[in-house]
Amino acid sequence: MILYEQIRKNKIKTVFIVVGFVLLVLGVGVVISYLNYGDPLPGLIFTPVFSLFYIGIVIMSSTNIVMKMNHAQEITSVDQHRFLWHTVENMAMVARVPMPRIFIINDASPNAFATGLKPEKAAVAVTTGLLDQLTREEVEGVIAHEVAHIKNYDVRLATVTLALVSVIAIMSDIGSRMLFFRSVGGRRDNNQNPIFMIVGLVLLILAPLIATLVNLAISRNREFLADASGAELTRNPDALASALEKIANIQTPVKEASRASASLYFSDPLKKKLSGLFSTHPNPAERIARLRSM
Amino acid sequence: MGWIIAIGIIVVLAFVYFSMYNGLVKYRNWVDEAWAQIDVQLKRRYDLIPNLVETVKGYAKHEQETLAKVVELRNLLGSKTSRQEQMEVNDQLSGALKNLFALREAYPDLKANENFKMLQEELTQTENKVAYSRQLYNNTVMKYNTKVESVPTNIIASVHNFEKRDMLEAREEERENVRVSF
Repeated sequence: MILYEQIRKNKIKTVFIVVGFVLLVLGVGVVISYLNYGDPLPGLIFTPVFSLFYIGIVIMSSTNIVMKMNHAQEITSVDQHRFLWHTVENMAMVARVPMPRIFIINDASPNAFATGLKPEKAAVAVTTGLLDQLTREEVEGVIAHEVAHIKNYDVRLATVTLALVSVIAIMSDIGSRMLFFRSVGGRRDNNQNPIFMIVGLVLLILAPLIATLVNLAISRNREFLADASGAELTRNPDALASALEKIANIQTPVKEASRASASLYFSDPLKKKLSGLFSTHPNPAERIARLRSM
Repeated sequence: MGWIIAIGIIVVLAFVYFSMYNGLVKYRNWVDEAWAQIDVQLKRRYDLIPNLVETVKGYAKHEQETLAKVVELRNLLGSKTSRQEQMEVNDQLSGALKNLFALREAYPDLKANENFKMLQEELTQTENKVAYSRQLYNNTVMKYNTKVESVPTNIIASVHNFEKRDMLEAREEERENVRVSF
């Protein structure tokens, strides 16, 4: 698949998954409302209001993750690290985003991540291991991948989808409690179809799991997209592929990485063995194969 | 009832018209901005070279030929106004600078000089930046031209004189030259 086609397909795929996700959230609301009141309409109205409200709060209260990291040192002038500074500047120029802030994390495991809800507030962080163990072209490829995340608003997308996962968890929790108390109270209206009741209940129980899986699918999809758009910036997909190869072969996890921030990284920082439905990142071999085919 | 629909259609058409026009303006400004970006990088290169030449002179007096070549091309770069010519001189300059940097192997003191190291890194990076700004320019021109040519924006483009721009030609090996490995 050529470069532009990969970018286009990944973008279309994101749209489909996100639409499906929104439908899932609405579906949970409708099911709760139907199970409790025999009428789907209140859920249909209340769910979007609650979701938007919740997303708003999450976005307003989310602080920059880099700020919280103890051992990240910010590079504020070109003299502190010429090569890194210029590389970030180059990539930001080609991507037409403002120059992000730059942080170096003192960790021997090579990795990098980008953060910031919008390009004006973005930052990229790289580990010392990345700068030490990769060639200049490979580092450039990794930086391009991170700047592509910034350009594609991936942090915002991840924040919103994570908020929706919480919305689903909260709603299915409240919904099942309501149902429980109603049945304990014994006042049943009996105007619901029993088959719908069972299907709805199953959906309610499975919804948080499905939401988590969808969220991870979006995360993996955006990694592929960032690889492709990163390659568009450097015109050098092979360097990015060889960077991935090197990073995937090193087994030490990033010490500072938490589960919550794992999806931000260039390559899975926790170095989990299993890859599949529950991973934040696609299988490195698959990413490399796609990059090599550009 | 009929006139409400008529007004609605006019409002929608006006909105479409404005947004297409604004889209064209945005892309044209991006093209100009990318063009200016190349200037910034070439100017920076032009300004850095005298420092480098001064530094090298202190260690390698006998390399007049290599130094003179760099100075000559640098001045030539300043005198060219057409972008295509500038690009050609710029590529020659990159070659001459490479020879200049190679002197560090013959003069260990030069190699150890902090100022030389800094200038070498800066000049290498401006070389990268020229290449990237050129890529950005071509990319932007491609998108702008696509807009100017495709239906229905081409109607608005022709009414308001949005003209196609030319891309900067670059041979494949020039792009290769740019990638500097240490």
